[in-house]
Amino acid sequence: MFVAGKYDVIVIGAGHAGVEAALASARIGCKTLLTTLNMDNIAMMPCNPSVGGPAKGHLVRELDALGGEMGLNADKTCIQYRMLNTGKGPAVHALRAQADKKLYQFTMKETCETQQNLDVKQLLVEKLLVENDTIQGIQIETGEIYYCRAAILASGTYLRGKIILGENSYTGGPNGQRAAEKLSSSLQTLGVELMRFKTGTPARVDRRTLDFSKMIIQPGDEEAHNFSFMSDITTREQVPCWLTYTNEQTHQVIRDNLYRAPMANGMIEGIGPRYCPSIETKIVRFPDKEKHQLFLEPEGLNTEEMYVQGMSTSLPIDVQMKFLKTIPGLENVQIMRPGYAIEYDCVDPLQLKLSLEFKKIHGFFSAGQANGTSGYEEAAAQGLIAGINAAMFVKDQEPLILKRSDAYIGVLIDDLVTKGTHEPYRIMTSRAEYRLLLRQDNADLRLTEKGRRVGLVSDERYARFSEKRQSIEETLILLKNIKINPNKETLLKLQAIGSSDIRTTTSLYDLLKRTELSYDLVQSQFELPAVSAEVKNQLEIMVWYEGYIKKQLEQVERTEKLEEKLLPDSIDYAIVPSLRDEAREKLSFIKPRSIGQASRISGVSPADISILLVYLEQNRRSGGIR
Amino acid sequence: MQIDTISAIATAVGEGGIGIIRISGKQAVDIASKIFQAKNHLPMRDIISHQATYGSVIDPVNSTIIDEVLCIPMYAPHSYTREDVVEIHCHGGSLPLRRILELTFKAGARLAEPGEFTKRAFLNGRLDLSQAQAVMDIIRSKTDASLRMAVGQLEGCFSDKIREYRHQILEMIAHLEAAIDFPEDDIDEVATDEVRDNIIILREEMVKLLKTGKTGRILREGLETAIIGKPNVGKSSLLNLLLNENRAIVTDIPGTTRDIIEEYANIGGVPLKIIDTAGIRETEDIVEQLGVEKACSYIERADLVLALFDFSREISSEDKQILALLAKKEALILINKSDLEAKLDIAYIKSVLPNHKIIEISTISEAGLPELETAIVDMVYSGQVQAEEGAFVNNVRQIEALRQTDEHLEEALQTIHREMSPDFIVIDLRSAWEKLGEITGDTVGEDIIDQIFSQFCIGK
Repeated sequence: MFVAGKYDVIVIGAGHAGVEAALASARIGCKTLLTTLNMDNIAMMPCNPSVGGPAKGHLVRELDALGGEMGLNADKTCIQYRMLNTGKGPAVHALRAQADKKLYQFTMKETCETQQNLDVKQLLVEKLLVENDTIQGIQIETGEIYYCRAAILASGTYLRGKIILGENSYTGGPNGQRAAEKLSSSLQTLGVELMRFKTGTPARVDRRTLDFSKMIIQPGDEEAHNFSFMSDITTREQVPCWLTYTNEQTHQVIRDNLYRAPMANGMIEGIGPRYCPSIETKIVRFPDKEKHQLFLEPEGLNTEEMYVQGMSTSLPIDVQMKFLKTIPGLENVQIMRPGYAIEYDCVDPLQLKLSLEFKKIHGFFSAGQANGTSGYEEAAAQGLIAGINAAMFVKDQEPLILKRSDAYIGVLIDDLVTKGTHEPYRIMTSRAEYRLLLRQDNADLRLTEKGRRVGLVSDERYARFSEKRQSIEETLILLKNIKINPNKETLLKLQAIGSSDIRTTTSLYDLLKRTELSYDLVQSQFELPAVSAEVKNQLEIMVWYEGYIKKQLEQVERTEKLEEKLLPDSIDYAIVPSLRDEAREKLSFIKPRSIGQASRISGVSPADISILLVYLEQNRRSGGIR
Repeated sequence: MQIDTISAIATAVGEGGIGIIRISGKQAVDIASKIFQAKNHLPMRDIISHQATYGSVIDPVNSTIIDEVLCIPMYAPHSYTREDVVEIHCHGGSLPLRRILELTFKAGARLAEPGEFTKRAFLNGRLDLSQAQAVMDIIRSKTDASLRMAVGQLEGCFSDKIREYRHQILEMIAHLEAAIDFPEDDIDEVATDEVRDNIIILREEMVKLLKTGKTGRILREGLETAIIGKPNVGKSSLLNLLLNENRAIVTDIPGTTRDIIEEYANIGGVPLKIIDTAGIRETEDIVEQLGVEKACSYIERADLVLALFDFSREISSEDKQILALLAKKEALILINKSDLEAKLDIAYIKSVLPNHKIIEISTISEAGLPELETAIVDMVYSGQVQAEEGAFVNNVRQIEALRQTDEHLEEALQTIHREMSPDFIVIDLRSAWEKLGEITGDTVGEDIIDQIFSQFCIGK
């Protein structure tokens, strides 16, 4: 057989997971191959034209801090930014942007093409070559072989993809792409267990057939935002979205045609996500709701296509047209691409380690929608981690594993490989137990150092970061050390900034705790340095929410010890005495990395954890686990 | 080294005149010093390791003396767990033990998990390798026993209530979280006033549950017990037997009524608060005038009635009046003087009270006493629970979890009062919800997210 090439790392699929994986691996210094079914569809956005939102925006910021590409790419190509949840606490502020889909794609494509150490090739992978439980390479559709030391599966929704549209269905990937038909069986031959999931997308409609006067405009924020710590964009052209609502007439059309919906006629077997229900599901499940909102979102600057957010559907095209026309502003709507559902194979993520490597196949990693997640951001985050860890594998170094207290990325991966998922998994802020610590405003402070360790953080970024961190630390010391006394001069100063008198000697730190004060106000009266807006923001959050932050840090400290107690791969749970059978079974299958991870497995009780601790200690004293 | 400090009752309840509370961990000495005052006023830190010091346990909140005790600090590594350990030796009745244990919680300890002292002893190198297997077995068996009992006790309305409270909290969390995670979906903004009102109502209900809930109240206040019967039937002897002065499980604790000294008997871990013990003693030897009227008022007050009948005498009209009063009451029928010749018509009693348990006893030979104890425990725990240490400990666990839940709810109210945003309120509500889960054994899982999706139509 013809050997077409040899690489350190091969990435299968060039969606949001694949590009991050390939870029990370190449940037760390591994000779990397990125494969795609279609060169024109690298980093394609087949569903909504947006990046970010609650928890998702956090992921992008984290990814950026670690040296990922999504944040930078979004900042170069997005056409509207909004900070969501600004009325709530800083932990849940969330940046969301509308992307120009094609611009996003081709900018990312260029980044990949010009990346040193990285080859991008259009080809279809059909078979994985594995020997001695270790990945050796891939074989492609046309028979050629590429050898590698590590490979990453980032196949998205393409594995045995099936498009369902009303009464019709056909084999294929999203947006009229080919599906990967044979890779699934290659995986199954290797003993990988697959699940069947489903997701859907709404119609794209012609902007010129919409009447925006009947809709509510949703403009971007006036203040400029960026995802990336390294983006300095202060002005950009912003395009609005539009809000309108369904009504009883819409619902009636859908109800009348429910019998033609694939979910009703049994054509869909896969499990769909609850947070992204089709409009027909919404109407069945919440019959009392009089109207559902929908957003019309631009797909880009140079297209008339508009995305109908909130109206995901797999009803036949005639029904789609009929119900859309009942909506104010859409009376004359023309559909350019209909909505559809897609079913696909994905990997049961319980088979993966926290590094995203398969437990049973050394050097083989999996990331993104192929792991049962949904969303570009979730995919990108996993891709980055898989890319880093494939590189670490090649270099025979420790993998990068983020804890739940480090990052949303840690929460995402820990949830997947510890609890598994029964529907396409979406990250949410409510999944993070240490939400107050994992803010989007401090992603750089949490993770830049870790990105630096693996070699993804450039000198430029690191210098910039170090400067910010130093400024925060120094100013914090000043705030604590500068003390003011209750006297006439102080009184006047406090009056000037609308604050009441102090009774005892008070540090500026404590003064800043007053709800009516800000760093700027305190600085206007007392001797403090002028600092950047980001530094001010950090200081204020640290001071204002000190009590709550402390509480969460204590919680982290309590559980941290258990996270650090590692469970060797070689433990045979069958011979650990006194474990309950259910615990024994789950532990054997999931093979948790640490006692902490073990404690989060459903069916493993605190008593089982105690027993494991005793067992570990017993083995430590008797000279290690055999 | 373990981070937190644990405490538990180290002696089996209901046996022995002395009860021991053991505290282990970094803060053990600090915790003890908050609640123990040496007679010689020596500060806790200055007491020499392994030296017993006489003094009192005092509730730091209201400075009342809980019990006279001996306090023994054992500094690391010369202790059972190789951590700092303090043992407090008090009277063996369950009430002083429970009160002291609760004080250790308030001072910063947490209740030890089953087998945790032994586990720590092993992890800290105190026990040798050959004992590892035994340690694991202890953890398993104690946990299983404790779970079985907890489940037994939780049957019925108590656990229903807890689940209901949990669900109420969950609904609040789901609403707040839905608005946070899906800010662009049309979810009604949560009115924090509403959350506040819900929390206030919930707290009131929880306090009520703690007060009126059977197990909770019994452990807090004791089971109000009336001993009734005609003169000379043996009320006083039974009282002495139950109080069992020789086994020193009696404590005098000023009751809610200022003037009356109430006495507690400890029967299989259940504290019995015997009504009007003084009255029983005084009237037993003299001709009793108001026997039946008194019995009537006792029965009304009591949670448990112990009705005595004389095996050696025919049924009298007084007996019949008493039997009539018992028809609608939880009562144990005790046939005393079973060692004497039978003259009592037991069949008659059975015909009047077919559903009441009848136990033959002798206050002289103490025959039938174990059966009486079992019957009492069974009545309290609906026959589900064996009277082991666990029965008591699990109740402490529940009460402690409820108390901590209430603390978290209180914090949530403060957060609302400070006009903090919903994501901060959720922090406290989540803690409260998780605490309640510890009582019912429901684990934290996808519940919150499930609730969000079942309650709201979300998604784009």
